[in-house]
Amino acid sequence: MNAATNAGAAGATPYDDDVIRLFMIAAVFWGIAGFLAGVYIALELAYPALNLGLEWTSFGRLRPLHTSAVIFAFGGNVLLGTSFYVVQRTCRASLWGGPALASFVFWGYQIFIVLAASGYLMGITQAREYAEPEWYADLWLTIVWVVYLAIFFGTIVKRKEPHIYVANWFYLAFIVTIAMLHVVNNLAVPVSFLGTKSYSAFAGVRDAMTQWWYGHNAVGFFLTAGFLGLMYYFVPKRADRPIYSYRLSIIHFWALIFLYIWAGPHHLHYTALPEWTQTLGMTFSIMLWMPSWGGMINGLMTLSGAWDKLRTDPVLRFMVVSVGFYGMSTFEGPLMSIKSVNALSHYTDWTIGHVHSGALGWVAFVSFGAIYFLLPKLWGRKEVYSLRLVSYHFWIATIGIVLYITAMWVSGIMQGLMWRSYDSLGFLEYSFAETVAAMHPFYVIRALGGLCFLAGAFIMVYNLWRTARGDVEAPAPLAAAAAAGR
Amino acid sequence: MIRHEVFEKNVLLLLVGILIVVAIGGLVEIVPLYTIESTIEKVDGMRPYSPLELMGRNIYIREGCYLCHSQQIRPFRDEVERYGHYSLAAESMYDHPFQWGSKRTGPDLARVGGKYSNDWHVAHLDDPRSVVPESVMPTYAFLNRPLHYDDIADHLRTLRIVGVPYTDEEIADAKADLEAQAKPGADTTGLLARYPKAKIGDFDGNPDSITEMDALVAYLQMLGTLVDFTKYNPDYATGK
Repeated sequence: MNAATNAGAAGATPYDDDVIRLFMIAAVFWGIAGFLAGVYIALELAYPALNLGLEWTSFGRLRPLHTSAVIFAFGGNVLLGTSFYVVQRTCRASLWGGPALASFVFWGYQIFIVLAASGYLMGITQAREYAEPEWYADLWLTIVWVVYLAIFFGTIVKRKEPHIYVANWFYLAFIVTIAMLHVVNNLAVPVSFLGTKSYSAFAGVRDAMTQWWYGHNAVGFFLTAGFLGLMYYFVPKRADRPIYSYRLSIIHFWALIFLYIWAGPHHLHYTALPEWTQTLGMTFSIMLWMPSWGGMINGLMTLSGAWDKLRTDPVLRFMVVSVGFYGMSTFEGPLMSIKSVNALSHYTDWTIGHVHSGALGWVAFVSFGAIYFLLPKLWGRKEVYSLRLVSYHFWIATIGIVLYITAMWVSGIMQGLMWRSYDSLGFLEYSFAETVAAMHPFYVIRALGGLCFLAGAFIMVYNLWRTARGDVEAPAPLAAAAAAGR
Repeated sequence: MIRHEVFEKNVLLLLVGILIVVAIGGLVEIVPLYTIESTIEKVDGMRPYSPLELMGRNIYIREGCYLCHSQQIRPFRDEVERYGHYSLAAESMYDHPFQWGSKRTGPDLARVGGKYSNDWHVAHLDDPRSVVPESVMPTYAFLNRPLHYDDIADHLRTLRIVGVPYTDEEIADAKADLEAQAKPGADTTGLLARYPKAKIGDFDGNPDSITEMDALVAYLQMLGTLVDFTKYNPDYATGK
């Protein structure tokens, strides 16, 4: 039905968009689920009675559910869906393997999400952060991922454009590197092929290094390179301006993917990991600041000559502010990787705040921007149902993020300082329990921030629903509103 | 000079280029951890987990304890005073997976072994706020249920595949060792010969059955207690 509207520039290439519609629905669904889980576990930390005394609802089981739901279920569906959209448009080719193979990737990926999530609730976990799914789910994801790579690669091969567009470099780096990280980090031997439990192939310090090589690059390639792919397509599209600097995108691409991989040891400062590895990790983490800001500059400066659109277009505002948050958290990250800073920040809420300024401010905002941009196109509408509601979503979510990260800055730095505080007689000034009690007000503020963010997402769902139905909000011109007010 | 155009026009070259570029960092940082001998210190006292401790550790993993508790003491004055000697790489040499953690919503547990009584641990897990009013930990009263350990030998066998030096004897006696450690009055000479310093007793105060609580407390009570620090010399241990 939409084949005609979605035909390629040459008018001859029908794109496979049905599967992209499914990915967008899944992304929004899992996004709500993940934000909801986040708000709930935030409240558990403020009010522990909410753990309910049940194993399935305790913080330790729900926390992986939250992180996986937002990173892999929400973020993953956004990445897979947009990559299929972008690669078809920029290559002027339909998906390699056709709609059947693409829907295998869609349904296969949803099955992986359900396998992983149901495992968490039952306590089936590898206890590796962001790689919690057990061996059977990992094997299944490997199959799905290889098919995904084949489709993406095959579509580029059959392109009608001479050049491979920048966004596709980032998507390709994301797909290939995640495959490498996933396969190595999850090497394990199951206790029984009929059971769920496995033991990691690595132990102790080597396991720690492997896991954080994976963990930090889940951030670097899933949450950064992949979403930079989004940025390189959707920001220029929405702003209707070319990318600021092609040369900068080349330098920033290779520097980013080369440097990111080294940054893992900054999660292990002052641990039993050898000092040389820690120093190497710190050095590369600081260097990483440069390509990160190269990407930010390239994204922001694309607005050159179109800055006025920020006032009138809340969808573009989502994208541009996301790039701003990207710049902020990629400055904060190198700062926190400096060993003496890390000595204070590590093990505290500062890290949690840092992750959320990246995850909410950058990943979720650029995703919202892309979803608001894509949805009308995929459902054959001119524009979203209501730009006014997009603007409400933007502001309530922004307030939520600010509440969240400021609360975590204060609680993290405060707790770090309390741990190391000595009284005048040379004794530790605070017991651990006293530092826990001091966190309470900030945990409440953080939960409030999360609630704002969730409320914004519900506004988005309503807006998207009306858009898909083909509704257009009755225009409420400023003049009329002003007249009514008078 | 290579023109970047070749990557932009050949997707296979682009793919191979990406793979090479992203492989380097990991290779440089991970491989030497296997080849440089001083990575894991030479210490006295480390041994694989006893079967009951291992089951307890698996419950620790299952419940996601690592999400709020680290097991890694950093070499700072305040941490050493609060938690004990800084952690050594050798102390987690048999940990598949490692449980160093990344967040201290609760305190570090690397050396919690022996710090509190069994009764304290059980009361704390049953209802954390009964002993620590400020605590935000969930209640784990549901752990007072029978432990499933019929396949304990399979667990030891699997760990041997990934490098933990369990002997044939230890695997054969795994089930008996597990029961002996949790039952007061059992013959524990074999158990203690195989797993020196193992804490023995009815951990949860319920002698009728071996519960998940027994296993978890047995694990907590041995954490950080194995290495003999009176004999530990950092220079010798790292081969300097």
